[in-house]
Amino acid sequence: MDFSIITTAIDNLLRSHLPEQAAILTECVLVALCLVLAYVVLAIVMIFMERKVCAAFQCRLGPMRVGYWGLLQVFADVFKMLIKEIISIKRSDRILYALAPYIVVMSSVLTFSCLPFARGLQALDFNIGVFFIMATSSFGVLGILLAGWSSNNKFSMIGAMRSGGQMISYELSVGLCMLTMVVLGGTMQISEIVEQQLDGWFIFKGHIPACIAFFIYLIAGNAETNRAPFDLPEAESELTAGFHTEYSGMHFGFFYVAEFMNLFIVAGIASTLFLGGWAPLHIPRLEGFNTVMDYIPGIVWMLGKTFFVIWLLMWIRWTFPRLRIDQVLVLEWKYLVPIGLVNLLIMTICVVAEWTF
Amino acid sequence: MRIKDTYIGIVATTVASLLTGLKTTVVEFFRPKVTEQYPENRATLHIPERHRARLYMPLDEEGRNRCIACRLCENACPNGTISITTSTITDEATGKSRKVLAEYSYDLGSCTFCQLCVNACPKDAIRFNNDFENAVFDRSKLVLKLNR
Repeated sequence: MDFSIITTAIDNLLRSHLPEQAAILTECVLVALCLVLAYVVLAIVMIFMERKVCAAFQCRLGPMRVGYWGLLQVFADVFKMLIKEIISIKRSDRILYALAPYIVVMSSVLTFSCLPFARGLQALDFNIGVFFIMATSSFGVLGILLAGWSSNNKFSMIGAMRSGGQMISYELSVGLCMLTMVVLGGTMQISEIVEQQLDGWFIFKGHIPACIAFFIYLIAGNAETNRAPFDLPEAESELTAGFHTEYSGMHFGFFYVAEFMNLFIVAGIASTLFLGGWAPLHIPRLEGFNTVMDYIPGIVWMLGKTFFVIWLLMWIRWTFPRLRIDQVLVLEWKYLVPIGLVNLLIMTICVVAEWTF
Repeated sequence: MRIKDTYIGIVATTVASLLTGLKTTVVEFFRPKVTEQYPENRATLHIPERHRARLYMPLDEEGRNRCIACRLCENACPNGTISITTSTITDEATGKSRKVLAEYSYDLGSCTFCQLCVNACPKDAIRFNNDFENAVFDRSKLVLKLNR
């Protein structure tokens, strides 16, 4: 199933009825609509999943009352959030205060648009895709810093500063792990990275260095999304809610949704770079098995892998207690970065010596 | 320097201890859940026997209780939940008169379920049962007459 057939057909249809610039504009609007819709739907799924998985790890059932098996719980939450008042804070920086949640959401939507969901089903795909992901995912921290600064609240400020220190540090590890996989794939274009994994996912092709990179990526990705055990930016017990203490209503909702979608994006990138994106599981010399796997559509593979990685991240989140800020930085600068650098070197040697599968 | 204190040793022991934690939680993930869904599970609901929900008087087949109207429970109660009214009857065989229980009134609304009354009773005439669905719309309905 190649989605580019459908997109090309829509493109041709629009171009035959509209002047070229209007056609491009319409396409942009359509793509944006689809992206935002997918973003919201996935966020709702993720919030529900978080509540259920968290409950299961604590030997509970989670929401069970609103709708069958608690399925309407998230809709009730969203509705509550929508009807809440957006409070303006005294002596806060009005413009930055209102702007901050949008920067956070923008960063995560931009990164989200790089994820390949199936062959041809990808909004942004160009030759420096991995680079672009690193760039867009890293300016979300700007929104968090602005939110902390503009709230005129010491808890927000401390949370934002911690967040800055943490996210900028862990970006390094995330970047190194991505680079390790770029070295293995030899390209930064996301669609091509996935194409190369059709005959074997990178985590199998790159064996030991790829596995190490995957684990480092999971740890650093968890820190990037500000989730426990790295949730010091919002550490409830010490900072009430950290950088979003003063936010209410839908502005708070944006931070909340962006946090969940960042989790999805981290998991999506992990499944694209390490687990083959929409590439089905192929075992060499097992033709029957491979054909059966080919019948499962790519979008199912992509979402399945992504939700599996999300489950791994939630497992980590509901297992470990929160780190102290010095421990967070020691873990990054003394352990993850050196190991990541050595790992990058090992991967390069493996690729040069052709020790990959 | 022991191997455990080297850089690689620290990484190895950390990873091992983290994996222990992960194993503990994943076992929990697949375990049957402990949540009780109350109104739905009424048929299978299990309340521990010692749970103190409401005071009652064990009655025999003819509706007689073991109360001797000694008022020890009434005196033991810290917030006046129990009030006992007595009447005097004359024993026909011996001709002596003695006090018997006329009404054992128990106000569920002010009971703290401390079990002091049950402990004070010399005849095991009052006990707590598991009958916990006691919500009513009127406070006066909480005042119960325990004897028949």
